[in-house]
Amino acid sequence: MGMNQCLTSRRKEIKGDTMLNASHKTGLVFFPAFDWAIDSTHPEREERLLYTQDQVSEEGVFDIPGIIEYKPEIVTPKDLQRAHFCVPDEHTVTTESHHLISAGGAKAIANAVMLKEVKNGFALVRPPGHHAMRVTHGGRGFCHINVEAVMVEYIRSQFGVKRIAIIDTDCHHGDGTNDIFWHDPDVLFISLHQDGRTLYPGTGFPGELGGPNAKGSNLNIPLPPGTSTKGYLYVIENCVLPVLEAFKPDLVVNSAGQDNHYTDPLTNMNFSAQGYARLTAMLKPDIAVLEGGYAIEGALPYVNLGIILAMAGIDYSGVVEPDYNPEKLKQSVSVTDKIKKVCDQIMTYWGQRYEMREAAGEPGQIIIRHREVFYDTDNIFDRQKEKIRVCRDCGGSFEVDSKAVPGHHVLGVHIPINACKACREQGYEFYEQADKTRYQRIYLQDRTTDLYEIKQ
Amino acid sequence: MILGLDVGGTHTDVVFLSRKGVQKHVKVPTQPDNLFKSVLSGFTLILENVDPGRIERVVISTTLTTNAIVQQTVTPVGMIVSAGPGIDPQSFRTGDHYYAVGGSINHRGREIEPINEMEIKAVGETLKKAGIEYVGVVSKFCVRNPSHEILIKRILNKQFKQIFLGHHVSGNLNFPRRIATTHMNAAVYPLHKDFFQAVEQSLEEMGLTVPIQILKADGGTMTLGASMAFPAQTVLSGPAASIMGAIPYAPEGQDAVVLDIGGTTTDIAFLVDKTPLLEPVGIQRGGYRSLIRSLRTDSKGIGGDSALRVNEKSELMVGPDRIGPAMAFGGPVPTPTDALVVLGLMEAGDQDRARQGIKSIADQLGMEEKQAAEHIFKICCNIILKKTFEMIDTLNAKPVYTVHDFLEGYKFSPDTILLMGGPARFFAEKIQDMYQLETIAVPYASVANAIGAALARTTCEVTVNADTEQGVVTAHEEDFAEPVSKSFSREDLEETAYSLLKDKAENAGADPDNLNEVEVVEFQEFNIVRNFSPRGKILRTKIQLKPGLIHGYESMLNQQAQGN
Repeated sequence: MGMNQCLTSRRKEIKGDTMLNASHKTGLVFFPAFDWAIDSTHPEREERLLYTQDQVSEEGVFDIPGIIEYKPEIVTPKDLQRAHFCVPDEHTVTTESHHLISAGGAKAIANAVMLKEVKNGFALVRPPGHHAMRVTHGGRGFCHINVEAVMVEYIRSQFGVKRIAIIDTDCHHGDGTNDIFWHDPDVLFISLHQDGRTLYPGTGFPGELGGPNAKGSNLNIPLPPGTSTKGYLYVIENCVLPVLEAFKPDLVVNSAGQDNHYTDPLTNMNFSAQGYARLTAMLKPDIAVLEGGYAIEGALPYVNLGIILAMAGIDYSGVVEPDYNPEKLKQSVSVTDKIKKVCDQIMTYWGQRYEMREAAGEPGQIIIRHREVFYDTDNIFDRQKEKIRVCRDCGGSFEVDSKAVPGHHVLGVHIPINACKACREQGYEFYEQADKTRYQRIYLQDRTTDLYEIKQ
Repeated sequence: MILGLDVGGTHTDVVFLSRKGVQKHVKVPTQPDNLFKSVLSGFTLILENVDPGRIERVVISTTLTTNAIVQQTVTPVGMIVSAGPGIDPQSFRTGDHYYAVGGSINHRGREIEPINEMEIKAVGETLKKAGIEYVGVVSKFCVRNPSHEILIKRILNKQFKQIFLGHHVSGNLNFPRRIATTHMNAAVYPLHKDFFQAVEQSLEEMGLTVPIQILKADGGTMTLGASMAFPAQTVLSGPAASIMGAIPYAPEGQDAVVLDIGGTTTDIAFLVDKTPLLEPVGIQRGGYRSLIRSLRTDSKGIGGDSALRVNEKSELMVGPDRIGPAMAFGGPVPTPTDALVVLGLMEAGDQDRARQGIKSIADQLGMEEKQAAEHIFKICCNIILKKTFEMIDTLNAKPVYTVHDFLEGYKFSPDTILLMGGPARFFAEKIQDMYQLETIAVPYASVANAIGAALARTTCEVTVNADTEQGVVTAHEEDFAEPVSKSFSREDLEETAYSLLKDKAENAGADPDNLNEVEVVEFQEFNIVRNFSPRGKILRTKIQLKPGLIHGYESMLNQQAQGN
């Protein structure tokens, strides 16, 4: 009866040029996991994205032409094995399927972007993931598996993308992602976060620049408490964008934590919904993944709406928190000074990255690192000893000896995706020479052939 | 005894049903510029030799509102929209008389900024000067707190004939759709009211005094009285009538697809255990999106009269346009119907003209005449089924918001295809052959739509929210709000919802015997926690009376069909 065509043309006529339209196609995965919580009063609980969903639904976001909603996928053990050594195995670390669906949300967006169904995409998923490290014995900072890292490794294996930048704008140092790409010169990881002396996890200082083969491809930018929209955007403009310009990534990922907000109960920053939208518009991520953010009623509905509109290229100027008062949120002069200083310092490190790699050791040399990792969510203490081959041609193979209390004593061997011949051989030497009597399990993660093997 | 009348684009169909089945059916041509006359002549014909006193139920489905929207003959409406933070409300403009005003309510229903009375009065003056008589008022998050809409209505009430409020159209969140729906309601109201008052009066003169029921887009009915508050619900009741007409023949406990093959379009719909699937939010056609409850249907521009062409790559193109009837029936270009005639499946029509038309296509394709006709027939089945499977994929890709739904996700997978419309019986065998899916041509296919209207039962939906932190349970769509204690539970919420649904259904003319088909569409429960301590709960539910047929007629229809 032609109702389709008639209603459509009528609609266009009524709306004229005011009709809302994304400037390009933007994919969204919305997975609020309304039936899962760490526990009933924990910040990471069912209610977290409820008001965001209400706001996004009421605004009719899913009806905007150009915005396409995707169903999350579910990640497989194979997907996890590219980014993690799950101890003792994937099933035990992710007993509850919400972790797999959360990471699967990011994977669905990655597929949509890489297959060019959409120009960019935003995965609004929970639980978050950026505190989960390469060796994962359980939950740290509400995270069990690293959503972005699993996605990035999937993209590298599936689509052959070489250079990827991950910009972590969550208020907490993205120590998990930082750990996973610590030795990888092809993945640029930049974390903006509240100074570790004042907030969990207490790391992420400017001197933490990456392993010997990847110095400077990890940049940590601690910001003083009280940093406002102006401060964040200063760092983006004067530090993040110039570094991205020089790094020339094939893909930009944003770990879009929303706990820098001036009302967040866990942090002390003064960022705003307008600021988040501006940041997104400046950074132009191909893929954004939700991380933390616990001001679920006063901030998240507006911040998420702002990010979605910015990603879709739609006017976001009306997205303002009801109690937003920029005057009250102004940062002090001393905060501004500190931010400028840290940016200068980071840019100096960035300029010296190749010299620092030269100075870190001779090719072929094995460098040892000791560290301790605490799992606040699951109360596990992990002591690690890592050995890496210094290399100028690739990221370098490494082994990590990890002894968790309570938990397992394991060894993981990683061969990077673009490993040179010498590093590949070194990786297999680590694996073959490992003393089976010392470890409950020995893992081999050979990214060159996408192989994952376990010796018990 | 029941009368069902469906006004279609070309024909108006009327059936007279008893508990023994179809007693009588008539078909009159629809006069698009005088639907009242079409309805009246339909009723006059069917009531010949029938005692109107024996009629217990009358259901009408018309294209009145649909036509008015398509032909842009709706009444101009003033829209007053209060948005607050978010997307610029100018993006949702409905026409010239559209005013975005101050005031704001947040997602919890808390007032952020009050309404400015002076501003509202000024807008009222402007609308008045422009000669506006009907007004729609919509505020963002009014389904959480409608006080701003109510206040605006109170300020302007005396100046306008009727003011429609956004929170009455649906319990669903979606501000742009609520604006469009409220606007449509106000815009079709005068037309709807005049038309049905005239119909009611004429039927009374014929001795038909039972209350008239009107078919809605969701395949349910409402009384004429109830329709006055929400006349836009009658949009797209035509496809709904057809789908309801297929239900008696749908398999129990299985999934089925309904295909209504018409002259220019094929409508596609889905049944799960004899219950049609609904649109998740509301009617959506092309760029037009609303909160009007509707059966989930889509259409493809292909039908018996679609124009056939061969493109430069020597490929057959079917439709999507119709230039005229098939050549066999005097049309100017060959159509799929001509192919059916050439294949000897259809006996009516001018054989020679059909062959002449198909031959022109056959020559361009480099085929024999019969071979080309067969090819056309297959391609048509292909196009229709391809679209159907695409829709099923979309249906199954629908996002879910809980771990449970993700893991338990229901996959729609049809075992049966029900075919309706003129050429249905010719297509049934072919489709079954090609796709190995049981394919049934619905009996009485040409008046199944009127049967569907006649037997559709009342449907409705209520959305109830409780917020124990704020101490209130509300269903603003029903003008319902009551205080609750901290201990308000899921059971309390369901009880409240059920009693509201029952009242609403009875007001809409439901037979109390047909009130047992209640379905919980949604239930959510959340703890509200601030600073690590629980403050209360949010409980939400949506329940509905499912679309379906009134009791007592289905089995007779089936037996009658077998007897035929």
